[in-house]
Amino acid sequence: MRRLGYSLFVLIGLSIVVFIIARLVPGDPARAALGPRATQEAVDALRARLHLDKPIYVQYAYWLKSVLQGDFGESLFTRRPVIEDIKEFLPATLELAFFAGLFMTFFGLLLGVISARYANTWVDNVVRVLSYLGIATPAFVVAIVLLLVFGMYYEIFPTIGRLTPGMSYPPRITGLLTLDSLFTGNLASFWDALKHLILPGISLSLGGLFQEARITRSSMLENAKKDYVGAARAYGIPERVVFSKYLFKPSVIPTVSILGLDFASLIGNAFLVELLFNWPGISRYGINVMLRKDVEAIVAVVMVLGIVFTVVNIVVDLLVAYLDPRIRLVAREE
Amino acid sequence: MSQPLLDIQNLSVRFRVYGGYLRVLDGVNFQVAPQERVGLVGETGCGKTTTMKTIMRILPQPPGVIKGGKIIFKGKDVLGMESWEVERMRRREVAMIFQDPTAALNPVFTIGEQLFDAIRYATGKEESDHRFLREVAIRALEEVALPDPARILTNYPIQLSGGMRQRVCIALALACPKELLIADEPGTSLDVTIQDQILRLINRLAEERKMAVILISHSLGVIRDWTERVWVMYAGTVVEEARTQELFAQPLHPYTQALLKCVPKLTGEGIAEGIPGRIPDYFDPPSGCRFHPRCPYRMAICSQEKPRLYGTPTHHVACFLYQEERK
Repeated sequence: MRRLGYSLFVLIGLSIVVFIIARLVPGDPARAALGPRATQEAVDALRARLHLDKPIYVQYAYWLKSVLQGDFGESLFTRRPVIEDIKEFLPATLELAFFAGLFMTFFGLLLGVISARYANTWVDNVVRVLSYLGIATPAFVVAIVLLLVFGMYYEIFPTIGRLTPGMSYPPRITGLLTLDSLFTGNLASFWDALKHLILPGISLSLGGLFQEARITRSSMLENAKKDYVGAARAYGIPERVVFSKYLFKPSVIPTVSILGLDFASLIGNAFLVELLFNWPGISRYGINVMLRKDVEAIVAVVMVLGIVFTVVNIVVDLLVAYLDPRIRLVAREE
Repeated sequence: MSQPLLDIQNLSVRFRVYGGYLRVLDGVNFQVAPQERVGLVGETGCGKTTTMKTIMRILPQPPGVIKGGKIIFKGKDVLGMESWEVERMRRREVAMIFQDPTAALNPVFTIGEQLFDAIRYATGKEESDHRFLREVAIRALEEVALPDPARILTNYPIQLSGGMRQRVCIALALACPKELLIADEPGTSLDVTIQDQILRLINRLAEERKMAVILISHSLGVIRDWTERVWVMYAGTVVEEARTQELFAQPLHPYTQALLKCVPKLTGEGIAEGIPGRIPDYFDPPSGCRFHPRCPYRMAICSQEKPRLYGTPTHHVACFLYQEERK
């Protein structure tokens, strides 16, 4: 509960900072929207309509009021309510990020566990070398390599967009194409959407994936020396159970706690990947509106991403508390 | 001695470190008879715990490397056992209580979860036989005199006091019958009254269940009160072995003599003496007898040859001073 209070505080702080920065960007948004040939009267009228002529704290109050009503204002560029743009672009990014996040978590843990199980053998060495490469290579480089390999030589996976043109779009329920097509029983679309996720998902997740693998490995090797692991063996518990239960559970706690950070960087890195794979996501949208000084849209994008980060971090905190009674019990006592 | 329960012969263990090996155990010999209560005494870092972990086959390898020797338990060499034989030994025959109960309990599982697993594999029962597991677990906690065992089953280690954790560790080790209990400094991390209670508890369980006990301690008082026979270790070697009374009445090895002088006497005046010098470097241990650089009686031979154990059937000492008179 206290966590929620903090989060709210963080979001309000974020909104103020972002709002101020957006307003301080040089250039007149009204002029930018109407173009250089618009009359001064038209520009002034638009400024008045958007409250741009008022002091900045008044502007913030107006803005906050409408945001709480679900209205992020109107994009100066597309002339649509910003919320509509967000509704259109956010699910694509969320779908990509969730896919990349799941991929990252699963394979990161798997590689880490394998690496720890076969510590200091060739298996471990291969994983470790891969890890250095994976962490050092930016997502967009991986994306370009994958695009080359699969786009030009082996056309197994599609490289453009979320769905093959001509495929039937599932009705919009969550906005995530894979889920929506599953819910409506449209397996062909589901399969197609999933295939479209694979390449951008992989390029986005590799950095975090190898980070997770390294953390899991070192945490397992660290804990393997602990007395409680020896003690579990000494009770006659079979090695398989000692490893997969008594060593594994305490060792994944650091991995899970860093997941939140990695997920944040997924969305942050998504821009280049979305651009390269022509993915209609919110990161790409965010960069576009920034380049156009589309103030309302910029603020909305940052706020929405802020909310996503906050929610993800709360989920991760709850997961860690679930895994680690030391944290759970201390938190309860406070 | 009749057929010993445990017979360690010439055990050598090294730790691999950057740039070489630490020679941690150098030819340890050690016997325990059935139902015997044996003490193992020595300074911190002299290899007591390493020896015991090697018996349980839980010495982390790497860095540990078993260089040589045998550990004969009930006629079978533990070091040559298949893993299923080792598991059977841990389930039915040998139990170990660790030095630090907080470190020996898994922090992320409830006591019940850990206890159920220990009992389940020791008895070969199915996980689904929950009533049986619960019954045995509660009995195990009652045996170690823990109040409200049903509640403790649902607790995590962090919710228990140090003394309770120590009792839980004993319950975990002894939930099912065993023939040999290795108690590695039980209660050292607790205050003296609790430590005494824990030792009484171990003693009672050993008597009721006709278990042999190896009690590891660096406290000579504890050893004198609770054991029948003592082994003294110094820097990875056994230097003296005797019936407890005999050892305290007439210590032979210069190291044992010095150790006994270290104990502060309530009646005497002055401060206890220390032993001059330090525990040797295991990277490059002294040649011959490992105690010779600190020994007030050292002779030429001490730095050249490693002494065998000399002495009578009830009292052995690894020192050249006794080479002639006690052959």
